[in-house]
Amino acid sequence: MEMLNVKVNGIAVSVPKGSTILEAARVAGVEIPTLCYMKEKNEIGACRICVVEATGARGLVTACVYPVTEGMEISTNTAKVREARKTTLELILSTHDKKCLSCSRSTNCELQKLCRDYGVDENAFEGFKPKYEIDDSAPHLVRDNNKCILCRRCVAVCQEQYVSVIGANDRGIDTNIGSPFNAKLNDVPCISCGQCTVVCPTGALVEKDDTDKVWAALADPTKHVVVQTAPAIRATLGECFDMPIGTNVEGKMVAALRRLGFDKVFDTDFGADLTIVEEANELVERVKNNGTLPMITSCSPGWIKFAEYYYPEMLGHLSSCKSPQQMTGAVIKTYYAEKMGIDPKDIVVVSVMPCTAKKFEIGRADESAAGVPDVDVAITTRELGRMIDRAGIKFANLPDEQFDSPLGEGTGAAVIFGATGGVMEAALRTANDWLTGKSNDNIVFEEVRGTMGLKEASYDLAGLKVKVAVASGAAAAKTVMDRIKSGKADWTFVEIMGCPGGCVNGGGQPIQPQYVRDTVDLKAERAKALYAQDEATVLRKSHENPAVKKIYEEYYTDGFGGHKAHHDLHTSYVARKKYN
Amino acid sequence: MQKKIGKLPFKGTEEQKNRLDAVIAENKHDKSRLMAVMQQAQDIYGYLPVEVQEMIAEGMDVPMEKVYGVATFYAQFSLSPKGDTDISVCLGTACYVKGSGDIFDKLSEILGIGAEECTPDGKFSLTACRCIGACGLAPVLTVNGEVYGRLTANDVPAVLAQHGFEK
Repeated sequence: MEMLNVKVNGIAVSVPKGSTILEAARVAGVEIPTLCYMKEKNEIGACRICVVEATGARGLVTACVYPVTEGMEISTNTAKVREARKTTLELILSTHDKKCLSCSRSTNCELQKLCRDYGVDENAFEGFKPKYEIDDSAPHLVRDNNKCILCRRCVAVCQEQYVSVIGANDRGIDTNIGSPFNAKLNDVPCISCGQCTVVCPTGALVEKDDTDKVWAALADPTKHVVVQTAPAIRATLGECFDMPIGTNVEGKMVAALRRLGFDKVFDTDFGADLTIVEEANELVERVKNNGTLPMITSCSPGWIKFAEYYYPEMLGHLSSCKSPQQMTGAVIKTYYAEKMGIDPKDIVVVSVMPCTAKKFEIGRADESAAGVPDVDVAITTRELGRMIDRAGIKFANLPDEQFDSPLGEGTGAAVIFGATGGVMEAALRTANDWLTGKSNDNIVFEEVRGTMGLKEASYDLAGLKVKVAVASGAAAAKTVMDRIKSGKADWTFVEIMGCPGGCVNGGGQPIQPQYVRDTVDLKAERAKALYAQDEATVLRKSHENPAVKKIYEEYYTDGFGGHKAHHDLHTSYVARKKYN
Repeated sequence: MQKKIGKLPFKGTEEQKNRLDAVIAENKHDKSRLMAVMQQAQDIYGYLPVEVQEMIAEGMDVPMEKVYGVATFYAQFSLSPKGDTDISVCLGTACYVKGSGDIFDKLSEILGIGAEECTPDGKFSLTACRCIGACGLAPVLTVNGEVYGRLTANDVPAVLAQHGFEK
């Protein structure tokens, strides 16, 4: 590879030909501010925050797209550069809402940080200020174009997800990010994945805040308020409190939830284990009875919505199992309610999810085992972080506490649900034991781990050859579905997650600035925490979960997939029209 | 100004659809031909309503938002239907300083519609265009392509009456 020698602020580095100034600067350890840039995803040189001086270039150049040349000397921090960046920021602010005090992204806003760094005058330019209606039509997120800086990062991820329901409309001063014919987000085929909220540098795209509903339930003495936390939350919640990425905070998270006043703190891991036994049973039935194969997992509501919009003719491939969130909720409002002698109407189930689509999922039809919704409020990791702050709880100082019984028990198999390939591995562990009729020690299925969009593997389980695929991100899901459609797929079982990397990288997870997202593999670092916990856990197979065993002994007595279990734990899907 | 979206019901015919389908079939192998397809679609239908954009998006296998983004970026695309009589007023520099703004306002007042809009009966539509290259006749407007020059706002009722406008 041809290398070029350049100097960044006097620091000599050698970089491959074709590198941009920004890449060379990162090699030199010099950080150049960016706003619109996302490595390999949005390299458009639009915002002009990354301008630098470079020898051989006329005027200032945008570091994110300008290629280096041999001997180039780059200056990233001259008076001219600083002045240009400041003016650019002031121009951006001339159409910006500047409602920092009430913005949920305050202190975690890339625009705000740059404005502070560059000492801008937020009223330097009093110009034309477009006024946009706030779109809160969808259950999962709120779009406020008055805070949009037109960086197009959301457009890039929406396109990466093969959804593309938002893009740049109109032109010039009227340019706005929106949907076709200015349709509201609830009226377009958005899959609710929330990836746009994670990459938005400002507060233009945020999750719909449902914390007031939780506070209200907690304050109501007539309600029994139960919380469940998804497998991936323990691996990310610490980031809300400036802990290193990949810190497992399960114990402190449970302690914080108890201090917030929840009557019971349960673990969605229980529901994950329950999902595995129900799903494994469904798979066996399909194989035996020539049912639709491959069967595809149904844990991810973003993926489900994607399938309903974009592959409505293929919904027969989806497992009818509810997601772990909904299974846990269903069990709380049936089995647990009965056991405790509480009317399900008086129970409020709050779930903490890495996901914005879960807010949509709780309102789906056929998700109310006890005649009331299985889950009442779904909040994201970020919303829980804010609740803990508001309650004045010093998270870092909390002791480690344990989940409550009986629905706080989960296995290592359930913990890894939070990473792409986790559901598949958990299913393989159980299937292998069931098919061989014994407890196998070999429980690591390395081939389905890792953050690649699409993974394939084949296994020999007691003589049964099983071909599997694991996809994460809607783009990989599209590849899978297209291959099944063309008849070229010979998989038996497929795991699909709507977000790239699975739930650890979900749309409800803590927001890291783009610089961190460009340089750290969040998906992999967060997943490590889950795999480490799995390894440290004694019970690592879903069917060995004592709480799961007990519920089939006491409640679902007609067994896996039996009539009662089917009523409570399974659901149905609807073909959706993209645009009406 | 954001592009106006027409509210009149879509009245596409089977014949128009067949023509658009043929255009799409000819171009669908190359997504970069999207704009060419949109131009031909506008020739067929006169404008690009949601129904037509959806046919283009499905046919070309591109997201609907992509089609809409292009349609709203370029001035040549219209989202509202043209009336039987389309009046286009030049608001280019020369015409504007000669008072074409007043002419436009008068038309707007009498017809009860703004730029890029069509009267509810579908008879008249109003367009604000840029220079048509007839600055010597400024201010100018065109009625279905026919040029009228050196007008004042007072001439507007007569021009409308000539084209069958009744109050």
